[in-house]
Amino acid sequence: MIPDRIAFRASDTNLSRRSFLGTSAAIGGGLILSLNLPLGQSKAANSDSFAPNAFIRIGSDGQVVLTMPYVEMGQGTYTSIPMLIAEELDVSLKQVRLEHAPPNEKLYANPLLGVQATGNSNAMRGAWKPLREAGATARMMLVAAAAKRWGVDAKSCRTQDGEVIHVPTGRRLKYGEVVAEAAHMPVPGNVTLKSPGDFKLIGTRAKRLDAPAKVNGTALYGIDARPAGVKIATLAQSPVFGGRVKSVDATGAKAVKGVRQIVRLDDAVAVVADHMGAAKKGLAALKIEWDDGQHAKLGTEEIARELEQATLGSGAVAQNIGDADKAMASATTKVEASYQVPFLAHATMEPMNCTVHFPKDECEIWLGNQAVARVQAMAAKEAGLPPEKVIVHNHLIGGGFGRRLEADGAVRAVQIAKHVDGPVKVVWTREEDIQHDMFRPYWFDRISAGLDDQGRPLAWKNRFAGSSVIARWLPPAFKDGLDPDSIEGAIDLVYDLPNLHVEFVRVEPPGIPTAFWRSVGPSHNVFVTESFIDELAAAAKQDAVAYRRALLDKSPRAKAVLDLAAEKAGWGQALPKGRGRGVSLQFAFGSWLAQVAEVEVSKEGAVRIRRVVCAMDCGTVVNPDTVQAQLQSGIIFGATAALYGEITLKNGRVEQTNFDTYQMLRMNEAPSIEVHIVKSSEPPGGMGETGTSAIVPAIANAIYAASGKRLRKMPVDASLLKQA
Amino acid sequence: MSFTVKINGSTHSVDVDGDTPLLWVLRDVLGMTGTKFGCGMALCGACTVHIDGVATRSCITSIESLGKSQITTIEAIGETPAGAKIQKAWLDHEVVQCGYCQSGQIMSASALLASNPHPSNADIDDAMSGNICRCGTYVRIREAINLAAQTNEKGG
Repeated sequence: MIPDRIAFRASDTNLSRRSFLGTSAAIGGGLILSLNLPLGQSKAANSDSFAPNAFIRIGSDGQVVLTMPYVEMGQGTYTSIPMLIAEELDVSLKQVRLEHAPPNEKLYANPLLGVQATGNSNAMRGAWKPLREAGATARMMLVAAAAKRWGVDAKSCRTQDGEVIHVPTGRRLKYGEVVAEAAHMPVPGNVTLKSPGDFKLIGTRAKRLDAPAKVNGTALYGIDARPAGVKIATLAQSPVFGGRVKSVDATGAKAVKGVRQIVRLDDAVAVVADHMGAAKKGLAALKIEWDDGQHAKLGTEEIARELEQATLGSGAVAQNIGDADKAMASATTKVEASYQVPFLAHATMEPMNCTVHFPKDECEIWLGNQAVARVQAMAAKEAGLPPEKVIVHNHLIGGGFGRRLEADGAVRAVQIAKHVDGPVKVVWTREEDIQHDMFRPYWFDRISAGLDDQGRPLAWKNRFAGSSVIARWLPPAFKDGLDPDSIEGAIDLVYDLPNLHVEFVRVEPPGIPTAFWRSVGPSHNVFVTESFIDELAAAAKQDAVAYRRALLDKSPRAKAVLDLAAEKAGWGQALPKGRGRGVSLQFAFGSWLAQVAEVEVSKEGAVRIRRVVCAMDCGTVVNPDTVQAQLQSGIIFGATAALYGEITLKNGRVEQTNFDTYQMLRMNEAPSIEVHIVKSSEPPGGMGETGTSAIVPAIANAIYAASGKRLRKMPVDASLLKQA
Repeated sequence: MSFTVKINGSTHSVDVDGDTPLLWVLRDVLGMTGTKFGCGMALCGACTVHIDGVATRSCITSIESLGKSQITTIEAIGETPAGAKIQKAWLDHEVVQCGYCQSGQIMSASALLASNPHPSNADIDDAMSGNICRCGTYVRIREAINLAAQTNEKGG
C-alpha cells in the first residue's frame, strides 16, 4: 500500500493521462513513468481510469490512487493525508493506495511554502482544504456519472464505501463501474465539504498504513536501494569547511579486498567498493593531506562573539508595537538578559546516503528526501543535464528533521558517480554525517523588559542575531533583512504586551552551512521568550502560571491550554526537594501548546526529566494518535537538545563525531509524557515540531524551580547546577 | 577468504575479509536490508541481530568471529514466539514513526522477552537503552514491551 520506490521522470508525456480534467492543462511534465510498489502493486494509469485532479486517480477496479505530495518521515502523513481523501470520497482507507508525487512544483507545491517540500509542520495545514476538495470533486463527478446512467437527479443519490447509491430505488454502482463516464462529467466549480459532524474517518485513531512494513524489515529507505550492479562508496570530506584535498596516497586503500576505485574530488575523497565494510576499511587506509583553507582557525567562541557584537548594533525590525523605549524609561523594574543556543546536528538515524547511476546522457537517483523537486534541480545542475533527464526515486525517510530538505548529499553523490561506471551508493559514516551536517544555526539574543509597579511587562525588547536558513534555501522569502522562520516565536506573542520591539540581525557564520532543524526559528525563539517571561514572573515575585495567565486576555486558546496543562500537571502541588516544575506556552506552526516539565536536579547537577504534561490545541484533529505520537516525539527530540545537543568547532573542525560525543536521550532517560488535546473545529494546526520548541524552556524553567539557577545557554551545563 | 554463515536457517557462503562486520555482509553482500546501519560503533543499536539468541550489534561483529553460530535477523524474528509477540505489540500500540531504528529495537526487545517473559521497567531500561530512536518512540516501546509481556501472562 505504501510506495517505497517510485520512479518518475518529469518530461515524459507518453503515458496517456487524457482523463486529467480541470488541472490537466497545467500538467505539462510530471507524469508517472514507472512504479515499483513492493508493498502492493499498483496498476499503471490506464485509459479507463478517472483522474479528476492531480491527486486522485480511480481505476475501473475501484482502486483509488492518491498521488502523494508529502513525504513520510515518521510524522504519519502517509496515513493522515489519505484520511482526507477517503473521508470526502466516501471510501475506506484500505481502498486508497499511495504513489509519491513526481517533482512538479506547479502541481505539487505545498500551498503554504510555495515549493514542493514537506517541512515546517505544514503538510496537514497545506493539504487540509485542497485534498478534501479533491476528494469531494471526484465524488461529485462519480455521482453525476451514476445519476446520468440511471437517468435520475444527482441529488437523489448518496455515496457510501466506494459506491453510488440511488436512495429512492436502492440501486448501487461501484465507483469503478462509472469511472469512464465520470471522466467526461464537467468538473464542478464549487464543492461542498462535509461538515465535521459527518466525519467518519477524520478524528479517528486510524492505524498507520506504513507500520507493518516497518516492523518486519521490508520497508525500504534510501539507504536500502540496490540497483543491479551497485557499488558502495563512503567518503572523507575536508574536515575544515571550505578546505581542499592537497594529496592522496591510495596505496593502502587499493590493497584492501573489495575496494574497486578511489575517487578524488576537490574537497573530498571517496572509496568505491563491493560493500561498505571494504569501503570503510579502504577509507581508513587512505592517507589524505588537506589544505585547510581560510577557516583553519575558526572556533565556536569566535562565532558567538561575532553574534553577541551584532546584537549591540541594530537589526531589521520584525515587529513593533507601541513605543518600547519610552515605556522602558517609565518602568519600575528593568530586567535584562542574554541567551544563546548552539549549533545542532540532525543525526537522523538513517545516515545521509544517495545512490546515483549516471550514464552521461541521463542520471538516475535513489534517496529519501523531503524536497524531491529541489533534488532534481540541483542534481541536474551538477550533472549538466536538463531536469527532465534526472530521474528521482524517492523512498521512506529514516528521519528528516529538516536535514532531508537539503540536496547537498545528492549533489555530492552525483560528483562521485561521474567517475564511476555503473550505479554507486554513497553512504556517509556517522562521523561524516555529524561533522558535515548542515547545522541548526547558533543564535545570540539580547532581551530586556520593563515592569510596572504591579510587575506587569510594560516594555519588551528583543534583538537577536544568527543565520537565516531561508535566505539560502528560499531566497525570495528573505525580504528587508527578515524571513518568516527566523522570527517565528519571537513575534506575535500570545501575551498582551503593549510596547514591544523585536529585531533580527542576519549574521552568517563563516563557512558553516546552516539548515532547518526540527522547529527551526521557534527552537530558539520560544526558548528565549518563555525563559524570559519566567524571569519576569520571578522578578515580579509571582507564580509562573498565574503571571502568564494574567497576560492572556486576548488569547483565549492560549489561556485554555495553559489552564489545562497546569491542572493536569498538578501545578502548585508540593514536590520533593531537588525537584521542580517549569511551564512553557507557545503559539507556533499554527497550534497552541502548553507544557509542564517536572525535573530533578541532583547534588552533582545532573538533570533528570521525570514527567512532561502537554495541553494542545491544534484545531481539528485528523488523527489523535498521530498528534499524541508527534508530541511524544517532539518532546524527546527537544529534551535531547536541551540536555546534550551541541556542535562545537575548534580549529575549523567539528569536535563531535558519533553518538558517544553527540549524545542522544535514551530509553532509561525518557520521561513519562501525557498529552491532553483541546477539542476544536478550527482548521488543523501543525504538529510535527511544536513539542520540540516548547519543551526546552519548560525544562530550563523547571531547573530554575528545582535549583534556583537560571540557564540562559543551551545545552544544560551540569557544572553550573552542582551544589557547592 | 570464504566464510560460511548461518542466517535465518539458511547457509550462505561469502568471500570477504575476515574482519568484515556482519552488518555489511547482511546488507551489501546478501541484500538483507532489514538490518540497519546507524553508527558503526555499537552506540545506537540499529544493527542489532541475534547470535544464538543473544542480541548483538552486527556493526562490530566480524564475520570470522561467528563460527557455527546461528544468526537471526529482523526478516525472520517473527518466526520466534517472542519476536511475533513483540511485532504484534508494536503494531497494536502503534510504536513506529520513521521506523528506521525499529528493526534494532524489535531485535533487542525480542531477545529481552525471550529470556525474561515479565521484565520490570528496570529490565526494559537495561535491555533497551542501547537502542537510540531519534523519533522518540521510547514511551511507546516501553508500553509495547509491557503489552507483549501481558500476553505471556495470559499464556499466549
